[in-house]
Amino acid sequence: MKHVIAVIVENKPGVLARVSSMFARRGFNIHSLTVGPTEDDTMSRMTVVVDGPEMEQIIKQLYKLVHTVKVTEFEPGTAIEREIMLVRVNADAKRRGEILDAARVWEARAVDVGVATITFEVTGPPERLADFLQLMNSYGIVSLAKSGRIALPRDQKSNKKQLKSA
Amino acid sequence: MAEQLTGAEALIRSLEYEGVEVVFGMPGGAILPAYDPLLDSSIRHVLARHEQGAGHMASGYAHATGRVGVAVVTSGPAATNILTALQDAYMDSVPMVVVSGQVATTAIGNDAFQEAHTWGMSMPATKHNELVTSADEIPDLIREAFHLASTGRKGPVLIDIPKDVLGATMTWHRPGEVRLPGYRPAVKGHPKQVKAAVDLIERSERPVFYVGGGVVAAGATEELQRFAEMIHVPMVTTLMARGAFPDSNPLNLGMPGMHGTYTATTALQRSDLLITLGARFDDRITGDVKQFAPEAKVIHVDIDPAEIGKIRFADVPIVGDAKIVLEQLIAQTERGGPQPNRDAWFAAINEWRTTHPLSYEQDPDGPIQQQYVIEELQRLTGGDATIVAGVGQHQMWTSQFWRFEEPRRWINSGGLGTMGYAVPAAIGAKAGRPEDVVFAIDGDGCFQMTGSELITAAVENIPIKVAVMNNASLGMVKQWQNLFYDGRLSQTALSPTVPDFVKFAEACGCVGLRADRPSEVAGVIEQALAINDRPVLIEFTCDPEAMVFPMVPAGGSNDDIILSREDLA
Repeated sequence: MKHVIAVIVENKPGVLARVSSMFARRGFNIHSLTVGPTEDDTMSRMTVVVDGPEMEQIIKQLYKLVHTVKVTEFEPGTAIEREIMLVRVNADAKRRGEILDAARVWEARAVDVGVATITFEVTGPPERLADFLQLMNSYGIVSLAKSGRIALPRDQKSNKKQLKSA
Repeated sequence: MAEQLTGAEALIRSLEYEGVEVVFGMPGGAILPAYDPLLDSSIRHVLARHEQGAGHMASGYAHATGRVGVAVVTSGPAATNILTALQDAYMDSVPMVVVSGQVATTAIGNDAFQEAHTWGMSMPATKHNELVTSADEIPDLIREAFHLASTGRKGPVLIDIPKDVLGATMTWHRPGEVRLPGYRPAVKGHPKQVKAAVDLIERSERPVFYVGGGVVAAGATEELQRFAEMIHVPMVTTLMARGAFPDSNPLNLGMPGMHGTYTATTALQRSDLLITLGARFDDRITGDVKQFAPEAKVIHVDIDPAEIGKIRFADVPIVGDAKIVLEQLIAQTERGGPQPNRDAWFAAINEWRTTHPLSYEQDPDGPIQQQYVIEELQRLTGGDATIVAGVGQHQMWTSQFWRFEEPRRWINSGGLGTMGYAVPAAIGAKAGRPEDVVFAIDGDGCFQMTGSELITAAVENIPIKVAVMNNASLGMVKQWQNLFYDGRLSQTALSPTVPDFVKFAEACGCVGLRADRPSEVAGVIEQALAINDRPVLIEFTCDPEAMVFPMVPAGGSNDDIILSREDLA
């Protein structure tokens, strides 16, 4: 089962290396990891999607890193989760119309059109991206770039589980 | 006007500000600027012969004194050499600060001479590390390093300083308050959990204290003694906790685990409640975790939340400092009910003790047994010695047979099992507590890894004593080959005569002595104890065939203890 955790870390050089090194050393599997700025420029937010059952250890080991300030695990369905992807699909003249019609339904934006391919930008919850990919598979995916997941808790305090370090 | 200093001067002043009295190290290219102001400092520098040695010296110093041990080394190979000592200290939660030089910031990443990615390599081997990018940061980063090393779960911190940063000018300022928003080690146990622990103890018929190195680190030995006697519960003291509770107290059952006493290992195994203090359910203690202490509930007190539940589920988790939590447990117990009758539990323990004591035989005409040397050392020093061990058979026998009465007099490499630890760690211990007799008990294999630090001991006038138990083999590895590889001995034989340890000691400026027969043991020890102006090495020609028992084979159940060679037939 995949778990999504938000890790607030001090915005310092090397903090990503510290986190990824800890995951590697402890044998924890990272599905995806994103890092970026927050509303407080001394802090960064990491969103980590992890596989596996050792959530308690993962959270505790994250807290052991001196630059980790706060770790929050999202219960399923309690967070707004988004990914972005760029996907280039085969689209010869014959099938171009059909592909664009399908893309419209998914709110996928055509961001580049070539002689034999179309590149779409899709944003949304991970499941939506997966569904779109499945659909495009039948046309032939030429290349794919996908961001990791970002997430914020929904604005309902009772829905999130916060794990304090002490 | 504010005082202008170089980064190097700021570094030395910051170390003085921390009250550092001695650093262990070796100069070299990138750290050169720091060695100049060191000449004018009150800080003593002990010149090691290898940076790994400098690291273990800092560790031995920290073990013996309870203060932060400090090592200073240069970049590249010096930094990689000290990595072993960092990992060793990390595994055993030893407070250390290592300052390493680095190539200039302009050269970093260019594969410059003696460049190594010290920050990246030391990251998983330290509690924390920093690469300093500006001389202005030095006072605060050194303060932070000492704060991190010596609080919470203690451990090593590395500060990597590029040469141009050491040479740059900065305006001196005393370090400010440490500002680490993510670092808030818990100190006091949660009162609800403390009450739950006391309730559980009051309902337990077969409780046992499982005491680890955290009790020594927290300076909690008096509180432990008070609490143990108050509730009259037996205890086991792990390899890292020998001396946390007096061996002369009948409540102490000794060391548990792979080479623990039958009574200690079996008491854990049959217990219905483990009162775990500053211990981490290491595989050398538990054997097969699934079969470990199957009927026991667990109270787990640790300053590191990540240790709780890592290996074994804790029924009552208590995050906190062992000393403070013990005080809380004492106060709560005073308000609580009576302890149940545990006569049957003590009867069982006493039965195991009587039927399965630690034992060995010294044939007066046979080869020297290491246990005999250890007992003679104890007798002739009156037990008033700091004992430092390497890793292997001699270490296990020392832990088994030395009667430890106080904390910080037993120093060894537990978690990492670093062969070669003893000699440099003994130097560090003696530098920190010069009035104490410091005896390294080492194996011939271990000694050959770091024995060159005898030169440091002699030249720096740090008169340690070293007992080399020469069994002409990598004894513990050979024991495993005998037990688990059908006696096919592969690369575990060392030469019985090369090196000549006595001549080696003499060449290093030390006194060298040798005992080949049991009848000579007491005499050479007395000779060694009479020499206090130079380091002394005694070589004991020991039985090469001896094996350490009891033994629980790695990964086996603690129910299946091999007690002697006869058990193997």
